[in-house]
Amino acid sequence: MDSKSSACSSPNPNPTLGPSKLMLAFRFLRALSLVRRTTPASSRTCRGRRIERAAYASMAYSAGASRAWSRAVLRRLHHRARRRAVAPRRLSTTAGNRAEALRRLVPGGAGMDYCTLLEETADYIKCLSMQVELMQGIVDSASSYGP
Amino acid sequence: MSSRRARSRQSMSSSRIADEQINDLVCKLQAVLPESRIRGADRVSAARLLQETCNYIRSLHRDVDDLSERLSELLNNTEASSAQAAIIRSLLM
Repeated sequence: MDSKSSACSSPNPNPTLGPSKLMLAFRFLRALSLVRRTTPASSRTCRGRRIERAAYASMAYSAGASRAWSRAVLRRLHHRARRRAVAPRRLSTTAGNRAEALRRLVPGGAGMDYCTLLEETADYIKCLSMQVELMQGIVDSASSYGP
Repeated sequence: MSSRRARSRQSMSSSRIADEQINDLVCKLQAVLPESRIRGADRVSAARLLQETCNYIRSLHRDVDDLSERLSELLNNTEASSAQAAIIRSLLM
């Protein structure tokens, strides 16, 4: 009768993934297997960097084009091959210099107005922590099946 | 004369709306930070909150970096099919 009670009882220690987390997992795992297939085992640091880029890429694709931070991440990843050194963008005076440290940490933060920055930061943190949770889960389950 | 008063009232209310909007967004930001970061009362200064936010984002970036390294090691060591089965099982169940 109570609709809430059905959602609370869960015998599994792992909570079921919502649709967005599942999409994130599939994207990242697909990217991981691609990295594994295409990077030789000898270049471990190179593979680590590729995995890190795969993490940010799958995070940004899952967030979609509606977020300024995800667009900025994908721009940065796609231009990586073409430009080695990126000149730091001058903060426009209209955007203001409030929260300068935060602007450097959130992708695309430099050109945002203060309100947008706060909104984008909250979403970025949510997605970033989900990605970290996913990667930790993969490491934990893969470790338990190690030699 | 009355139009001047109306204009000043309007600019006051619009700046109040902007402040309210910012306060609302700051609250939402506080909600996504882990509780351990905001010690003490529910009223934290905006400056403190921004500081904690920056610290949290930096630690998340470090986590991605570390976990990428560990995943790279694991891809090398573990036997492919059993690891994949374990991962998919743990994610879907």
